[in-house]
Amino acid sequence: MGEKKKWYKLDFGSKTKESAASSCGCGKTSGGCGSHQGPPPQKDEYTITADEFDKAVEGTMVGETRKDGFQQVFDVKMDRRTAFRKLTASLLIGAGAVQTSCSVVAGEETKEKAQIDWEEQFKGNYKLMTQEERNATVDRLVRSYQLRKKENIKMSSTDASKDVLFGYAFNISKCQGYMDCVSACVEENNQDRNSEMQYIRIHEMKDGNGFKFDEADDNYYHEVPAEGHFYMGTQCFHCDDPPCVDVCPVQATWREEDGLVVVDYDWCIGCRYCMAACPYDGRRFNWSKPEVPEEQVNKNQHYLGNRMRKKGVMEKCTFCIQRSRSGKDPACVEACPTGARIFGNLLDPDSTIRWVLENKKVFRLKEDLGTDPKFWYFMD
Amino acid sequence: MVKDSLGYITHGSKAYHIWMIFLTAIMLIGMYCYSIQLDQGLSATGMTDRVSWGLYISNFTFLVGVAAAAVMLVMPTYILKDIDFKQAVLIGEGLAVAALIMCLAFVVADMGGPSVLWHMIPVIGVFNFPSSMLAWDVIALNGYLFINITIPLYILFQHYQGKEAKPKIYIPGSILSVLWAVGIHLVTAFLYQGLQARPFWNNALLGPRFLASAFAAGPALIILVLAVIRRFTEFKIETKTISKIAMIVVVAAQINMIMLISELFKEFYAPTHHSESAYYLFFGLDGKTALLPWIWTAIPLNLLATVMLTINKLRNNPKVLYICCFMLFLAIWIEKGFGLIVPGFIPGPYGVIAEYTPTGVEIGVTFGIWAMGAFVFTMLAKTSIGIELGKLRYRKKDKVIVSETA
Repeated sequence: MGEKKKWYKLDFGSKTKESAASSCGCGKTSGGCGSHQGPPPQKDEYTITADEFDKAVEGTMVGETRKDGFQQVFDVKMDRRTAFRKLTASLLIGAGAVQTSCSVVAGEETKEKAQIDWEEQFKGNYKLMTQEERNATVDRLVRSYQLRKKENIKMSSTDASKDVLFGYAFNISKCQGYMDCVSACVEENNQDRNSEMQYIRIHEMKDGNGFKFDEADDNYYHEVPAEGHFYMGTQCFHCDDPPCVDVCPVQATWREEDGLVVVDYDWCIGCRYCMAACPYDGRRFNWSKPEVPEEQVNKNQHYLGNRMRKKGVMEKCTFCIQRSRSGKDPACVEACPTGARIFGNLLDPDSTIRWVLENKKVFRLKEDLGTDPKFWYFMD
Repeated sequence: MVKDSLGYITHGSKAYHIWMIFLTAIMLIGMYCYSIQLDQGLSATGMTDRVSWGLYISNFTFLVGVAAAAVMLVMPTYILKDIDFKQAVLIGEGLAVAALIMCLAFVVADMGGPSVLWHMIPVIGVFNFPSSMLAWDVIALNGYLFINITIPLYILFQHYQGKEAKPKIYIPGSILSVLWAVGIHLVTAFLYQGLQARPFWNNALLGPRFLASAFAAGPALIILVLAVIRRFTEFKIETKTISKIAMIVVVAAQINMIMLISELFKEFYAPTHHSESAYYLFFGLDGKTALLPWIWTAIPLNLLATVMLTINKLRNNPKVLYICCFMLFLAIWIEKGFGLIVPGFIPGPYGVIAEYTPTGVEIGVTFGIWAMGAFVFTMLAKTSIGIELGKLRYRKKDKVIVSETA
């Protein structure tokens, strides 16, 4: 049991914890609950029979380092926190055992699905997970998708690299309002097609009026560029001091080391406080179950990025974390036919973004709010 | 005690039974509506990405105020030893408990993922304290609920056993609850006040105005409830008690009025970009006028009730008093609910004006929760009245329910 973990995890704290990823809610690692058959077979090497276990225990019964039977569980020094966690664990384990073992008629796959769902329901906050736990949940999600949709997805949990801080610049002179960025974003990030959710909004403004957002139209359906208009795009600005992160009651959203503001979709409780706190309209909520036709699903995914969301959780632009962390530009940048969008590493003195910041008259929106966005506008 | 009170609350007059059946029916309808919402997601409500809080959070905000108002009765009774209030205070605390239960229900109804609400429980979840005001609010509300359950429970339990409650035990609790009540409402106001993204809320007067309006609306409701109790039970509530509570209502309503004037002055004397939400609320923007009927019902009602209550002659007439209290309650419900939450989102961060209309499902759930609150309150009030009247006592078991009449 890691002392520093701050969340509840289905781990009974016994010596069998190494195989926790493959063990099930019943807490046993051998026989019993019926959910241990099936892949992956190599994990069986780690499970031991009761006899072997007893021998191993006797062999190490020197002093009080190893304990037998229920003492293993009960005679452990624990603080209130772990005690409470374990009590809850035993409750859940009971229910879990009932859930998995009682379903005699259910097939292997159904059981595995139930097992995955169970572990997913009670997993911790991604931000506080260790790397093994992150890998475990990614594996579960990939397997779950395989079981349900018979398709394989690739999901990464790549961390922020050192010496990287992502920034974005938008050239107002170049943007013609084609909205290719919007459709590329929707396709890349698996956004709900039914509600036509879009992270990017393109505001069409009248020439000669300056930046009048309240008179702009962010929902136009006509040929562009329209005569006498200019265009300005907004999305999540990945603030350096993001108000949305401060207000979240469960730390389901946070700023990563490379400056990306991300959401753990599975930890979010859907209170929408972050939405009220965002001054830039950067956040979206799944008011119903998001749906993407199977053939349109982008299968190259990141846990904090474009993996499939569920209903009742927040989501937002992540600067395409699945792309940007593997060295590519976000989809909107790549799709822009006019080159109005510039993305890069602010800490790299040779990057284009740095050149723009140093050589253009850049500005940011609502600077007076003190959120310090990493999204600049400029003109040629 | 549980057994006795269970027996006591399941017996009563015909009117009582009809009332409870009526509430149960509404609760069942509310549960049905909530099941639809659970199935479809929050798209079953009128909320959108543009207006992301609506009827639920409006009611939640208002009810926090009602709950906080119980303190206006606690203070004089327990701390200033004003005997007049003693009968009223148990009712007030019962009201606070019911209001808090409704608050929590509204928050849960508003959640996108009620099945992962355990993430919010300290220790097993991750609690973003002290950064998130919502985390503060969870502590404040649950703490207040605890205080308001334990104090009356102690007093009633002592009376139930035929003993006197010891002031040494309940006075510190009462003092704490007085402070806490101010706390819950301020914290709830800070929830909105702290958002730089919403100029309509980001306003130093929001917290104090919450308190003033709460201390008008809460005791107004208590007066109405006491009037009903006086009429339908033998529980003696002196006119003096009611007129003292009325005094609290008047003062709070007057302060509230002054703050309203101050707010209106600031928004409309030298309107800035930040006054647009207020413009939308009072006059509509771009032909979008959904809130006008509401706010223009609330303001005259509020004004009329405050003026009428200020005049002693009118206030001392029970019938006028009750009508005024009802008007005031309604006016503040609109103003501190709908009139506060919805304009916060309109216009949106980039000036988009998208209106909000609650759906049938949302209204159904809302009524269901209000019915639940009334149900809880009726049970609590009936038990405490029973004990206070001496009908419910820990004595020979067989005599307990025999004296039932109400």
